[in-house]
Formats: sequence, structure tokens, C-alpha cells
Amino acid sequence: MPIIEIVFYLFSLVLIASALCVVTVGNAVHAVLFLVLAFFSAACLWMLLHAEFLAIVLVLVYVGAVMVLFLFVVMMLDVNVSPGSEGFTRYLPAGVLVALAMAIQLFLVIWTRGMEAVPMPEAPDKDYSNTRELGKLLYTDYLYAFEIAAVLLLVAIIAAIALTHRRRPDAKHQDPGRQVKVRREDRVRLVKMKSEGEGG
Amino acid sequence: MTISELQLALPEIFVLTMACVILLADLFIAEERRGLTHTLAVGTLIFAAILTGRLMMAPGEVVHAFADTFVRDRFGDVLKVFSYIILAGVYVYAKYYLRQFKLFKGEFYTLTLFALIGVMVMISASSMLTLYLGLELLALSTYALIALNRDSLPGSEAAMKYFILGSLASGMLLYGMSLIFGATGSLQLGEISASLGSGIGDDMLLTFGLVFVVIGIAFKLGAVPFHMWVPDVYHGAPLAITLFIASVPKLAGLALAIRLLDNGLIGLHDDWQAMLAVLAALSLIIGNVVAIAQTNIKRMLAYSTIAHMGFMLLGILAGTPEGYAAAMFYTIVYAIMSAGAFAVIIMLSHNGVEADQLDHFKGLARRNPWHAFLMMMILFSLAGIPVFVGFFAKWQVIAAALSAGFTGLAVLAVITAVIGAFYYLRVVKLMYFDEPDVPERVPAPVDFRAVLTVNGVAVLGLGIFSGGLISLCVSAFV
Repeated sequence: MPIIEIVFYLFSLVLIASALCVVTVGNAVHAVLFLVLAFFSAACLWMLLHAEFLAIVLVLVYVGAVMVLFLFVVMMLDVNVSPGSEGFTRYLPAGVLVALAMAIQLFLVIWTRGMEAVPMPEAPDKDYSNTRELGKLLYTDYLYAFEIAAVLLLVAIIAAIALTHRRRPDAKHQDPGRQVKVRREDRVRLVKMKSEGEGG
Repeated sequence: MTISELQLALPEIFVLTMACVILLADLFIAEERRGLTHTLAVGTLIFAAILTGRLMMAPGEVVHAFADTFVRDRFGDVLKVFSYIILAGVYVYAKYYLRQFKLFKGEFYTLTLFALIGVMVMISASSMLTLYLGLELLALSTYALIALNRDSLPGSEAAMKYFILGSLASGMLLYGMSLIFGATGSLQLGEISASLGSGIGDDMLLTFGLVFVVIGIAFKLGAVPFHMWVPDVYHGAPLAITLFIASVPKLAGLALAIRLLDNGLIGLHDDWQAMLAVLAALSLIIGNVVAIAQTNIKRMLAYSTIAHMGFMLLGILAGTPEGYAAAMFYTIVYAIMSAGAFAVIIMLSHNGVEADQLDHFKGLARRNPWHAFLMMMILFSLAGIPVFVGFFAKWQVIAAALSAGFTGLAVLAVITAVIGAFYYLRVVKLMYFDEPDVPERVPAPVDFRAVLTVNGVAVLGLGIFSGGLISLCVSAFV
């Protein structure tokens, strides 16, 4: 068995095991951490398919940003322990139905097309860089669309700020200017006192 | 990419730069001098019109740029120039409203300019990718604009509804596009058209894709049965935003339909013609009949929009250059008329109360005879009464539908136009034959009155001299 297959099965096993754990563990924080592991294993599988850029972006965006956000939310909501088996039998028929439908779909695709229809990609040259090729396309053929997408993100920022930001006069906020300008007299008051021992 | 390609997109680049400049400059402009932002925005539109006008002067060939994702043609140039002109009018009308309702913020100008960029991108898109991105840019800016008045509950509700339904429609459109991409193997509209012409592509996949694409277009236009968002959004949004939604984005809707259905999918003309015929018939009936029952004039005009989009579809479904020219003429004329109608509602709105009830129009002829006369001309034009431009617009699209062999649909259009005349004339009756509740004259700033006068007279002038605009629209499709 070539080494690539061993690596593939290793990461696939980790992926499936961690995905199972996401839904079975009771602790929400643990579930999120297992999801991170699942994403990471999936990224490694993509790496095997020579899609380095996608793999790295998956780790950066999903693990680095989205999952951190998830963790924040989970911690803020304080949903530490949830009884994992609640309603298990109630949702079982629906779950089995969905799983079955997906299995049949997968089977049909593989059965009609055959595994040969989607062969492993050929190993590219030594100095071929997936990232560089994508970058080239993005900044040449898709430059116009890429710029519009950037404007779209800018509009999202403006809209979010315009709709949520408001100045509240009663909010306690720091004013660095005033903090810097503060003088000793504003903070410290010298009080003349007699010492304890005196006159006693 | 070369410099000459960048020159083709000069209007887009200029408007984008100015939108960013206004975004930043507005932060440093004091509250009481916000008028400067307004002047900057109007100046941007005037200069953009000059830039696009310069491109129009150049020989009118169709030029593709940016790896065939962008196209410059006469159709696009004409639509863009009208977008600038109408948006400039919207700015003058909106300023008066925003000032009174304490919404006079820089975000209005930046978001509408970004929406304009979305409109421009859609107008000159030659790939499904850019078409979709332009649509999203327009939609995202509009969602935020509707919710701009955060303390208004109907506004937030309208924004939420529009956001959810709009996302759903975008999803449908995208799904349709992906199916067409799957069948033809290209995102470029020209290549899709070529491969359809040579008979490549899975028929079932294409038909499925087409259905979803037509649903997406119908939603964006607000054609029945995908119209449910229109009355709620028109009603809930602040008047100035309703004014915007009812004017400029309609031009983008037309561009979306013509770029996708004509430039890309003309090979499936027989299929989409039947779909558009159903949409047009339903829109004409429901739009005109339900509008009669409305007592809120914003909702009434919303249903009138639905009916007008039905008329516009009559032009497109012919699938001929004459039909497209008629639809284009109709859309431009509609945008001008609806801007004028909403402007009069804005004029009547005072003291934080929008004059959105029919009763607010009672006796306007005694209070402001000239403005009542302008409103009457606009309403006559919307109803399609001869001499006014709305009549010629209706005539053109009905002629296009007749030449495509849709006699029944043309008859239906005439009948529903007569039904529709009732609710327009009801407002005229209220203005001229009813006693006003308050006798005072309604005040308005000079620039507002000037633009409103130009707008109202244009409805008459374009009607008497309709040949110029019609030949401009026809020249866009030769």
C-alpha cells in the first residue's frame, strides 16, 4: 500500500471519528474543538488532492476565524453541558431518512459514473504553485469581478456600522486626550495630618 | 489588461472613487454643513454623465473588456446616463425629506452611490459572474438603506422581509446560473449564446436553469407571483428610500433581463417567451386590480409598479430589437414618472408625518395649484392618457407584443390599463374636487420645486417630442 493511501485513510478516520464526536459529546466547548479537528483533517485531505490553497484557506478562515467565533458564542451563552441523548428516539426516524437519502444519492452517482470518472489529479511539476496560479487568474481574468467583490465587502462594513453604531451619551467610555492631559492635582490630594504618636 | 480597457470602465472607477471620497469626507463635515456631501454626490453624478457621454461619442461598436466580463455598448451607455440623471433628481428630492425626518446622514449618499455602482456593473455585464455581483451590490446597499431609520419599526420589518426574500431570490438566480453553466460550460453570456446556437447542452438542464433564472429576474422586477415584497417594502421604507427603490433599480432590472435572456439565452427564446407572457398577464391583472383597494398611496404606487413591470415584460417577451427598445423606453419613462409621483408625496410630508394617505391629497389644487397640475400630468402619464409620455410607452410595448403574435395579451394590457386609470384619476379627483383639510400652501425649497417642475414638464415634453427618446432607445439595439 503506497504511503499516500495510508495517509489518506489515517486522516479520513480522524475526520469521521471527530465528526461523530461533534454530535455525541455533551460538552459544547469540546464539540467545537472536535469540529476544529474535523476541519483540519479535511484540509489535510484536500492537501493530498494538490489543492494547497483551499486547504490553507480552510484552516485560516474556518479554524482561525469562524470556529473562534463559535467558541466565543458558546462561552458567552454558557451552554456547558447538554444532555446528549435527549430526544434521540424522537429524531431517529427523520435522521435515518436523511442519512439514507444521502447514501442513496452518493451510491447512484458512483454507480452511474464509476470511480474512474473522477481519477486522482496528476501530480503537478515541482515548481507549480496552486496559490500562484489562482492568484494569477484572480488578478488577470477575474480582476473586474474580484474588485466588485471587494466593494461588496466594503458595503457590508458600511451597512453594518450604519445600522448598529450609535453614540450613547450615558455610556462609560475612555477619552485618551483627557487621560493624557490629567495633572497630579486632579488625582492626588495631599492632606496634612498629625502623626499617631504625636501629642499622645 | 490594458489602459484602454480601464478607460472603458472609467465611469465605474470614477463613481467608486468618489463614493469612497464622500465616505471619508463626510466624517469630517460638521452636522450643519452636511449639504456639502449632497453637493459632492450630485457633482459626482454630473461628472460621471460627462465621462459616459464621452464614451458614447466614440464609435459605437460593442467592446468587451476584462477577459470578457465587461461590455461597453450603446444600450449600456444610454441606461447609465439615465441612471445618473434620475439619481441626481432623487438626491434633490431626498434631501428635503431627510432634513425634515432627521435622517440627513452621509450613509444615504455613500450607500446610494454604491448601489449605483451595482446598477452600472449590471448594465454593462457580459458574464453571469459580474451580473450576479452587481445585483448583490445593489441589493445589499438597498437592504441597508431601507433600515436606515433604525427607530422605525415598519422600516426594520420591511428591510428584514426584503433581505430574506431577496436572498432567496438571489439563491434561485444563482442556482439557475450554475445549471446553465453546467450545461454550456461557460459563464460568458456570448459563449453561452454561441453554444446554444450550435445545439450543445443538455436540454433538461438548460430548461431547469432557465426556470430558476426567470424566477430570479421576476423577483427583482417584482412581477406576479414574485411581487409580495413590493408593497411591504414601498410602505415600510422611508419615503426617500422608496423614491430611490422605485426609480433607478428598475433600470438595473431591465438590464438584468435583457443581458441574461437576450445576450445569453436567446437560443431558448421560445421557452422564456411563454414564461414571461404568464408573468406579464398576472402582473397586469393583480397590479391594477389590487391597487384600487389601497388607501395608502405608497402601497397604491407599489401595486402600480407591479402593473408597470407587467407592461415592460410585454416588450421583452417579443424578443426582437424593437421589443427591447420599447421595454427600455418604458422603463426609463416609468422611472422618471415614479420619481415625480413620490416627490409630490415628499413635498406634502411635514412635521415627521409622511403624507402617505390618499386623504393628504385632498384639495391640493387650492393649496398649490402648480404642483397639483404637475402631479396631475404625472398621474395622467402613469395612466397612459394620450399626449403624455406614458401613453407612447404603453403603445410601444403593446405594439411589440402584437407583432410577436400575443393578441390576447395585448387586449388584456389595454383592458387593465383602463382599470388602472381609475385609481390614478381618483387622486386627481381628490386634488381638484375635494375641499382641503388645511388651507395653507405647502412650502418647499427652491431646488426641490425647480426639479419637480422639470420632472413634471418632462413627462409632457417627452410625450409631445417622444421621437427623440424612442430613436435613442432604438439606436441602442441596432
